[in-house]
Amino acid sequence: MSPTAEVNTGLRKTALNAVHRKMGAKMVDFGGWDMPVEYSGLIAEHMAVRTGVGVFDVSHMGDILIRGPQSLPAVQHISMNDASKLQPGQAHYSALLYPEGTFVDDVIVHKLGDNDYLLVINAGTREKDVNWVRQNVREFRCHADNLSDYYTQLAIQGPKAVDVLRKLTNVDLTPIKNYWFTYGTVCGLPNTMIARTGYTGEDGFEIYIPSDEPTSERVWYEVLGAGREFGILPCGLGARNTLRLESKMALYGHEISDTINVWEADLGRYCKMEKGNFIGREALEKAKTAGLKRILVGLEMIERGIGRDSYKVFSEAGEQIGEITSGSPAPFLKKNIALAYVPPEYSQIGTIVLVEVRSQKVKAQVVSTPFYKRPKKEK
Amino acid sequence: MAFPADYRYTKEHEWIKVDGNQATIGITDYAQNSLGDIVFVELPKVGEELTAGKTFGSVESVKAVSELYAPASGKVVAINESLATAPEKINSDAHGSWMLRIQLKDAGEVSKLLSSDDYDKYVKEEGGQ
Repeated sequence: MSPTAEVNTGLRKTALNAVHRKMGAKMVDFGGWDMPVEYSGLIAEHMAVRTGVGVFDVSHMGDILIRGPQSLPAVQHISMNDASKLQPGQAHYSALLYPEGTFVDDVIVHKLGDNDYLLVINAGTREKDVNWVRQNVREFRCHADNLSDYYTQLAIQGPKAVDVLRKLTNVDLTPIKNYWFTYGTVCGLPNTMIARTGYTGEDGFEIYIPSDEPTSERVWYEVLGAGREFGILPCGLGARNTLRLESKMALYGHEISDTINVWEADLGRYCKMEKGNFIGREALEKAKTAGLKRILVGLEMIERGIGRDSYKVFSEAGEQIGEITSGSPAPFLKKNIALAYVPPEYSQIGTIVLVEVRSQKVKAQVVSTPFYKRPKKEK
Repeated sequence: MAFPADYRYTKEHEWIKVDGNQATIGITDYAQNSLGDIVFVELPKVGEELTAGKTFGSVESVKAVSELYAPASGKVVAINESLATAPEKINSDAHGSWMLRIQLKDAGEVSKLLSSDDYDKYVKEEGGQ
């Protein structure tokens, strides 16, 4: 019997669940999904992605296809970025908002064609997102289909990702720019979507393959085989989290939620107020006029101690001013970093604040973000 | 995973090894494996008193913090300074990486702790293996 058959956790599983267990990954419950948190070790996996290449099973992510003659106005209505600027084969970061200007979820919108948009959404918010999208596109002539279970999604990430994928496809990867995608044969699978996207702050690709177990397993091992000469490591959600944190990418339930608005989350550059009306716009207009009560900042611990999720932040005078949303040692930067909400008067770079680490107040400093930015390409 | 037979264990995953009136304390291989890459160990100072069952410090991996619980009472006579700069030693050799040495107050406390066999059974149940 396979290990998966013995362990009935009641959690949802990706097509690669048995492979993760067979390969000795440490598994955790991630938003109702039985997912690998680490394989060989979080730090090694993190470093592989920063300096070489790593592969993640991110099939728990959801996919909503919006298709029909009014798919563009529908997407414009439900998301904050300006999808009219997208060309077929192009994607962008965006978010679904409540009328209050707070977050249903953040999404990547891919324009597949003139009447065809694919929204990649978070795992933990799948059902909520699907219901919300369906409800809010009803007045438009389009369908919203939940394709989440149709794909195994693999993220091949790191400066060597392009070299690994090149061995597995006939597609010329060089012209694919960041946040663009194309289709081609990957591991013998025709018409596979190949997107230059990821959640690590590194160059890399996400591929969408059929979600049956034999295909998923075969492609997983082919990617690992092709990556062997580059030191590829299978990576878990632990490294995914520290990688995205170093790059200051938001995580739903942490930096963004139904109580945090776009301006507070410092995501205004993806919110196109001038594109016309969309859900949340009116509230955001008002919020802008009213001024911010809190804003997301990056912190670096300057005394010994690690600030972690939901630790309290104090002013030097000892007044509680906010809370950490994500905090961790940063394996590549070798610093203890955190993201936190504080009032704007404490958001200046260089401001000293105190983080309460198990009843001790430890000094930290507001620093510029992202904490990590990948080096520019040589060519 | 083999747990040394001459050590005793707590349900909070510390080990203690008695050596005359003194004992060394660390965390088990099972504990280091669940924590993952260890980056920080916070220990009391020499001269401080530990009380059996009470927390005496903490160990942090990249993804989690875990309190340390004293397997037995006694005064700290030495701490393993090398863990301050190389906490990852605990990952590579948990049963060899002692954290501190105490002067035992009551050797009887140690005999109440889990034997290696009992601890082995305990973690197998806890880990659902």
